[in-house]
Amino acid sequence: MSWFKRSKKSLKATAPKKNMPDGLWQKCQYCGEILYIKELEKALWVCSKCGYHFMIGTDQYIEILCDSGTFEETHTGIRSVDPLEFKDVKKYSDRLKQSMSKTGREDAVITGFAKLSGRDVVIAIMDFSFMGGSMGSVVGEKIARAMNDATKYRRPLIIVSRSGGARMQESILSLMQMAKTAAMLAKMSEERIPYISVLTNPTTGGVTASYGSLGDVIIAEPRALIGFAGPRVIKQTIGQELPDGFQRSEFLLEHGMIDMICPRDGLRDRIGDLLEFFCVAVAATPSEADKNEGESSAVS
Amino acid sequence: MKANQFLDFEKPIIELEDKITELNRAAAVQNVPVDDEVKRLTEKARKLRSEIYSKLTAWQYVQLARHPLRPYTIDYIREISDDFVELRGDRAFADDPSIVGGLISIGDKRCMIIGHQKGRNTKENIHRNFGMPHPEGYRKALRLMKLAEKFRRPIVTLIDTPGAYPGIGAEERGQAEAIARNLREMAALRVPTVSVVIGEGGSGGALALGVSNRILMLEYSIYSVISPEGCAAILWQDPAKNRDAAEALHLTPKHLVSLGVVDRIVKEPEVGAHRDLSAMAAELKRAIYEELNYLGHVDEAALIESRREKYMKIGFFTEDSP
Repeated sequence: MSWFKRSKKSLKATAPKKNMPDGLWQKCQYCGEILYIKELEKALWVCSKCGYHFMIGTDQYIEILCDSGTFEETHTGIRSVDPLEFKDVKKYSDRLKQSMSKTGREDAVITGFAKLSGRDVVIAIMDFSFMGGSMGSVVGEKIARAMNDATKYRRPLIIVSRSGGARMQESILSLMQMAKTAAMLAKMSEERIPYISVLTNPTTGGVTASYGSLGDVIIAEPRALIGFAGPRVIKQTIGQELPDGFQRSEFLLEHGMIDMICPRDGLRDRIGDLLEFFCVAVAATPSEADKNEGESSAVS
Repeated sequence: MKANQFLDFEKPIIELEDKITELNRAAAVQNVPVDDEVKRLTEKARKLRSEIYSKLTAWQYVQLARHPLRPYTIDYIREISDDFVELRGDRAFADDPSIVGGLISIGDKRCMIIGHQKGRNTKENIHRNFGMPHPEGYRKALRLMKLAEKFRRPIVTLIDTPGAYPGIGAEERGQAEAIARNLREMAALRVPTVSVVIGEGGSGGALALGVSNRILMLEYSIYSVISPEGCAAILWQDPAKNRDAAEALHLTPKHLVSLGVVDRIVKEPEVGAHRDLSAMAAELKRAIYEELNYLGHVDEAALIESRREKYMKIGFFTEDSP
């Protein structure tokens, strides 16, 4: 009987324990490889062994996407007022204060003007470390204003999303930010302003179910968790294990929900190429396009 | 009345009503004069009811919104008109029975009506998936809205769902995309749109039918970013805290009006929508008709612009002066 013949694999620790001096080495959360932080930084926090994309900060995305020194933050000084005086085991106002002091930000998104591969753009980058990147009144308002800027100045919009979804502590007001941002996108769409949605790990709930999924082109980072419902909720609802790779970027690509998967180091060039394609078409009516033909400075 | 057809806090009222019924029956058989007693008890029941309903907790609103006898979309459709023609399918994958839609006359107005549909019993609920749509449900809804727009007919949506279904197939077929697209497309519809929360307004699954010129709520309905149970499980890490969560979420119609989200509350009959369908349906029809009548005079561009403005204004924050 094969039962008895099956050789027993000896138990072993998933990764050998190594003593790591603080701040020099980082273990890959996916493959367990020990990586030298200086090298990891150079590789934009992508594991050299397995390609795992570490979660990175908002400032790092600015560096990765924007031409050096071109980012100018907009719509600062907007903060939540805890409109429902929400309190669970902790007060929302305390959670906000904590997140502000931890991240040094006012809420879970920053917006700004920048250049990307030489082109003027409007960019919004969500911050997962601020209350799970959740969207309340402030995030919705700032995203909507960024969309308004893009429309007003006729610049393409790029949003880097990572979010647990709508912020429960602002209840219905958070839900309505989905409608607010989607309504602005309807206007942007009419005005033919290109919008590139970049989905990073993790993007779920109300952000995926609004502007996250409405990009003219949708790009995801490799292996990012992207979905409507969180995997835990789905597992509880259907009472079975979820298939391997479920709700990861590769799964979404296979099911037709995103256009492409792009590693971090290729993001700026890829977005630049896409904008090149869209913006030339946007900027001009056919007669203007004829006129512009041959002119070298066909930048937006 | 069967025990599973009323809520705990309704019990004293139900008992009084049963007594009145009993008295009337006895009077009919034995020819005893009971008029005074019936009158007294009826008045007592009315007082008791208004006392109970005037002090409802947020959780009791949740219970009423989910009441097993609460009228659903099809119940209202049948009461509103007998000319309803159901249209089905998303033309891409399937017909989702948790959303129904079709053509209907509301008074002299030819409309598209679309709503979530729950089941009344287990068998129906399996068919209707407890009113929790898959992406094909939202895509059907959008197809019908676009159809209405093409022929310049106003759109009415009735909202009553615990939420969009969280399942493998739903994710594979793009639940998030289906909802997101509806939000964007509804925002830009060139015809008048009126939404009414008739029971449970469950998060994105509700909003996907609810980006409209006018948002109405029945008096004992709820609308929230997450169910109280879900909220309790995540924030309190204790599902038993659903009452606290219901309170904290500000999910009753009055709260939602004060937050600037809901435009109008439609009063329910004294006994609640669940105990007087025809009175409720008549009131609902009247409210929808009024809204459509008003919106019928607004031109296309203003309809879109005012709808967008309405959503742009929602939210509370402080802003440093520059």
